[in-house]
Amino acid sequence: MSTETEKQGKPQSLSLFLGCVAPNRYPGIELASRKVMKDLGVDLHELEGASCCPAPGVFKSFDKTTWLTMASRNVVLSEQMGMDLLTICNGCYGSLGEANLTLMHDPDYKAKVNEKLGEVGLEYKGNAKVRHIIEFLEKDVGPDTIKEKVTVPLDGIKVAVHYGCHLIRPSKEKEGLGSAENPRFFDVLVDATGAKSVDYEEKMMCCGAGGGARSAFLETTLKMTEKKLAILQKDEFDCIVDACPFCHLQFDSGQVQLNKEGKDYHIPVLHYSQLLGLAFGYTPQELGIQMNMTTNSAFEEKVLALQQKAKEA
Amino acid sequence: MTDPVSSSEIDKSFFNELTREKGMDKILLCFNCNGCSTGCPMKDIESKFDIKKYIRMAGLGMKDRILNDEYLWYCTTCYKCQERCPEGVLNVDTLLRMRTMAVHEGIMLEPHREVAHFVIDTGHAVPINDSNRKKRLELGLTEVPPTVHMYPEAYEQVRKLLKACEFDTLTQKE
Ligand code: SF4
Ligand code: SF4
Repeated sequence: MSTETEKQGKPQSLSLFLGCVAPNRYPGIELASRKVMKDLGVDLHELEGASCCPAPGVFKSFDKTTWLTMASRNVVLSEQMGMDLLTICNGCYGSLGEANLTLMHDPDYKAKVNEKLGEVGLEYKGNAKVRHIIEFLEKDVGPDTIKEKVTVPLDGIKVAVHYGCHLIRPSKEKEGLGSAENPRFFDVLVDATGAKSVDYEEKMMCCGAGGGARSAFLETTLKMTEKKLAILQKDEFDCIVDACPFCHLQFDSGQVQLNKEGKDYHIPVLHYSQLLGLAFGYTPQELGIQMNMTTNSAFEEKVLALQQKAKEA
Repeated sequence: MTDPVSSSEIDKSFFNELTREKGMDKILLCFNCNGCSTGCPMKDIESKFDIKKYIRMAGLGMKDRILNDEYLWYCTTCYKCQERCPEGVLNVDTLLRMRTMAVHEGIMLEPHREVAHFVIDTGHAVPINDSNRKKRLELGLTEVPPTVHMYPEAYEQVRKLLKACEFDTLTQKE
């Protein structure tokens, strides 16, 4: 639906699916997403009464019909608004996207799910797409439009992009994102802010949190997380930029956890919407970046200096 | 090290049940190349978790060993293995289906039961708390998000659906 409206030159309208971790743990990510999309002329409509996507790791591991039913209810809310649904989280994108594709292509599951939905007066039709803010910005808005809106080029900020897993894999479910082993579409969006995405060892590695592993085996998952953190600290990256509040939580709270065991990590963790917000002139405070558990005053000063310079120019 | 397989462990009905789901029978195409395990970030840090082992055990129908193995729950679902398998084996999807089979036999880790109950009780796996209500207000957002948290009738719908799926009975606490 969205690409059609874009071609007609009308503002693009999408429903905003919040999920759990963004609104309930990192509200700065929700706020930043709302601000930057508005500045880019994208109309986001509230998906009133949406629930957990539901969490792919646990629900899909428990009962497939429950997972599909819960996910389809969220998609149906968007169908009823006549809009595609925008996620700001890889987990939500993976869960809702896969559920949506399954129901579109598997009449048996569709019938089963509609029987459940019927009990609360809903019906899944299969006419709304599930989008992710990163692939939407890359395909439907484009880095050039973003560049035009940048008022504070983030010169000299060295960014470690963390794609996360469910933004790109399983690749057979994702359309037109290029290589899953060595993708570029997210890096391009980071570079559009004036910051520089720099490649690093283990760039495509998982954060460690997914699949229910974080909730059951936190310490083990942090070993995976730390592999990446150690590389980024050694190579003096200014920040990690992610596309998923759950990866965000793992990197942000993970550093605090590791520091309790005698480590000394202090790498700022930003959702792409927050990085973009900085380039659009919002202060770190206005984007809730200081509400992270891992804070880093040197990064904040660097950004504020860039914003001051832009104001004077 | 893994104990040798004894023929008494082989349960054909488990294999049949597993492969009722579309695409799962591809596990029979596995020729043991180890590609899936080589790319696995979890195996790198916890060598007892080995995705290839589960695919091979599934092909043999080793029900008890698979369903009772806590390491079945170590996979982060990063899908690297599934991308790499030259035979198109659905490594992760198969592993997840085996997890659902464990859960339907009553085998579930306590932290996962808790997450399930957050969803049953609130509609969110990670519900709002006091400190985040405050953060939302400080940022100028509504105190709770416009989700099931704001609309009780929407939560009621979710609760009914979970009941219709018998998810509450499935995840019942002892
Ligand atoms: S999906 Fe699971 S088994 Fe496969 S590579 Fe990732 S962690 Fe390993
Ligand atoms: S990559 Fe595929 S064929 Fe190779 S061991 Fe793993 S499941 Fe078997």
